Amino acid sequence: MSNLKTLDHAAAAEIFIKDEARTDWHDDTLWFVRQKRDKAVHGIAEWEQLREWASQIKNHTLSNLDNYLTAFEKQAEANGIKIHWAADALEHNQLMHKILKDNNISRIVKSKSMLTEECHLNDYLKKQGIEVVDTDLGERIVQLRDEAPSHIVLPAIHLKKQDVSETFHEHLHTEEGNNDPQYLTEAARQHLRNHFIQSELAITGVNFAIAETGGFVVCTNEGNADMGAHTAKIHVACMGIEKIIPKAEHLGVFLRLLARSATGQPITTYSSHFQKPRPGQEMHIIIVDNGRTKQLGRADFRNSLKCIRCAACFNTCPVYRRSGGHSYHTAVAGPIGSILNPNLDMKANADLPFASTLCGSCSNVCPVKIDIHEQLWKWRQVIVEEGYVKPEKKMAMKGMAWLFSNPKVYRWAGKSGRWFLRTMPFLGNNKLNVWYKQREMPEAPKQSFHDWYQQNKNK
Amino acid sequence: MKVGLFIPCYIDQFYPQVGIATYQLLKKLGCDVDYPENQTCCGQPMANSGFSALTGGCDKNFVANFDAYDYVVAPSGSCVLHIKEHLKDDKNPAKAQKIRNTIYELTEFLVDILKVEHLSSNFPYKVGFHTSCHGQRGLNLSSMTERVLPQFSKPEQLLQKVKGLQLSYPERKDECCGFGGTFCVFEEAVSVKMGKDRIEEHQKNEVDYITAGDVSCLMHLEGILKRQGSKVKAIHLAEILNHE
Amino acid sequence: MSSREKILATCTANKPALVDLPQLSDEHLTHYDDKLAQFKLVLEGIGGKVVALENIEQVKEEIAAHKQSGEFVVDTVFNIDDALKTQTSFDLERVDRAYLKATLGVAENGSVWLYEAQMGNRLLPFICQHLFIVLDKATLVDNMYQAYQKLQVQETGFGVFIAGPSKTADIEQSLVIGAHGARSLTVYLV
Repeated sequence: MSNLKTLDHAAAAEIFIKDEARTDWHDDTLWFVRQKRDKAVHGIAEWEQLREWASQIKNHTLSNLDNYLTAFEKQAEANGIKIHWAADALEHNQLMHKILKDNNISRIVKSKSMLTEECHLNDYLKKQGIEVVDTDLGERIVQLRDEAPSHIVLPAIHLKKQDVSETFHEHLHTEEGNNDPQYLTEAARQHLRNHFIQSELAITGVNFAIAETGGFVVCTNEGNADMGAHTAKIHVACMGIEKIIPKAEHLGVFLRLLARSATGQPITTYSSHFQKPRPGQEMHIIIVDNGRTKQLGRADFRNSLKCIRCAACFNTCPVYRRSGGHSYHTAVAGPIGSILNPNLDMKANADLPFASTLCGSCSNVCPVKIDIHEQLWKWRQVIVEEGYVKPEKKMAMKGMAWLFSNPKVYRWAGKSGRWFLRTMPFLGNNKLNVWYKQREMPEAPKQSFHDWYQQNKNK
Repeated sequence: MKVGLFIPCYIDQFYPQVGIATYQLLKKLGCDVDYPENQTCCGQPMANSGFSALTGGCDKNFVANFDAYDYVVAPSGSCVLHIKEHLKDDKNPAKAQKIRNTIYELTEFLVDILKVEHLSSNFPYKVGFHTSCHGQRGLNLSSMTERVLPQFSKPEQLLQKVKGLQLSYPERKDECCGFGGTFCVFEEAVSVKMGKDRIEEHQKNEVDYITAGDVSCLMHLEGILKRQGSKVKAIHLAEILNHE
Repeated sequence: MSSREKILATCTANKPALVDLPQLSDEHLTHYDDKLAQFKLVLEGIGGKVVALENIEQVKEEIAAHKQSGEFVVDTVFNIDDALKTQTSFDLERVDRAYLKATLGVAENGSVWLYEAQMGNRLLPFICQHLFIVLDKATLVDNMYQAYQKLQVQETGFGVFIAGPSKTADIEQSLVIGAHGARSLTVYLV
């Protein structure tokens, strides 16, 4: 399902919030994950040191990315892995399609890869008549419902167990009304085991690719990446260029940060280090740019490429928790998505940097120290400069800037009360006063502080 | 020590009592305080909306008003943070830089510069503290739940000195209230929902007042409280610290 | 220009000035007075079982007993059968219990490391219903830094850290043990 944008974030969020009980449930569920994260990291005395190291390792890697990419390629090829390069999503999908066609493949399993979501691989292959079976439980659930994941770590977090039960009843013929997560997971286990043992080709993502060794690491809790990759005769791993780290020893930093930040686990159940194809197996890696080198050239935004996709910024974001992942109309939602997506399509994603109060929780929860909220602020400036804001907003801002630049006008406006009230940004500057919908207006006092001061300063 | 009092525009217009309390409190603590009368706004509403290119007039006016002081003090973490991070003056870069270095939010000024040990304040009520984000995460007024660092809180340090005051925190100690500048109207639904959720947690603590270091958060929370017909009132920290 | 050249050339043009790589060190990291206790605490917290054995013969006896009762048991601790290498998912899908030896354990996160050679077949630790790992207590390290100092990840075709049984919380954040991989993990400390 492609993420065709029909509503901007604010409008989609408004619809989401209409069901307040469900919004509360969504908010609490994700806050619970944030609390698990807190519990896990507050037990690690060196947490801030690990964040600093991770940030520095990533900064270093980005500053030498071309060399690390070629070193990785050389080493991986020496290990017997075939390397492909894709400039954009379409080329990625075409390369995958070619591998499938060349090997006459029909049974494909895919573990979680946000890159393939970003490239809309499943849609692309579907149009060629090829079906991919997503094997992460959450991803399988949303795939059966023909929905997009709403969260990069917890793809079906927007769904209740009743929803899953209905979907499984329809597609997997589970008992109607049996909402027990244990029962439903077992049904998925049996259903997907059939797909695993028969799979001919397995697609996985890549969490970390090691320049020095030419190997790569895939992390899962379910074991689905391994079930596919070790069964199929062909394994294709898809990675963005920013997944590179210099050395294996750096995993000793990132693996400590990733799962704790994501779910509060000390480490994912499986941290699989792929180095060479097994005898008789073919292993491919598709290295994808899709806007990343462009982002690398944006000094203000390049460090968004440090992201390790833990989604801690989603779980902590008070806006995400109350608006749901689909409101962000992109493969990667949440705060990190709001600084990545304007790079891919500024016009279509011009609303996203504004879907934040700039509270700064995201930047401080981030295990690799991405200054997310500062980049949101900077994207706003770029978006305005490029002209992707409504003319009314621009007019209002110009009016305000003029008012505040002229102290005399400002004081006159203050005295004339109503005019000022209308002009203040947070009180709405159109005919419908949005502030007043669910909030009372502040009461206009008898005198401003300025006037009081004039009367009282010499007392 | 000459202190220039910066009273942000919406405090000047809607909450003069906060400006008065700040002024009186600083006087009480022995400061030589001035309110430069041609001040307007720090420019944050425009900049946070993406229009930082339009803040030149505000910047110029700010520098002209506050250039002459040893310290600039304001009862708003958010506006102080904006000045600290973004004030510029192409003609007088040194002046702008000096202000950026010497501007303080009220509580950090009281704790770090005046090193206040004793307050004569009395406020015999149950007070819930709302942690305003820009003060906390931007100005480092208190530790935050995201980081693994020693705990501290400058506002709390002051509130603990107030006679009779019973301090409480909401369950989620430092979650944003949802004001967020123009976010409060452009993302009205989320903004209000966030505010309602904060209020609900404070109400569970049966507070009489919700206080904070930022009037903007309080204006938003107060708007919701009043609409709900709640008995809980919003009050700025300066008003409590100045209350006898 | 091929996509490869284009990507690399754009990286070269767009990358910032070189910044240093930090020097990692064990000095800043937590060390445990009792690594074993920490390992047990963490692994049990994530759904694994930890059993201290007096001698490894007990595992041998257990394997024999389960084999006798008709279960499909694969043992690579005492005897790696070469045939295992070429067994397919259809064969291994029926494995009830797999016994494997790990290289080392990590106190900080309750994980154990296995090289491909210790698995006999890469699929085995994942596809079996129940996984049993034999670990020498003396191989416990404090943290992941120490683990990577000891491991040679490039010397193996495949290697894995395993921490607990397969699990998921994808349905309403309810933790369910036994997603796609092993339904249980027991670590025998010898």
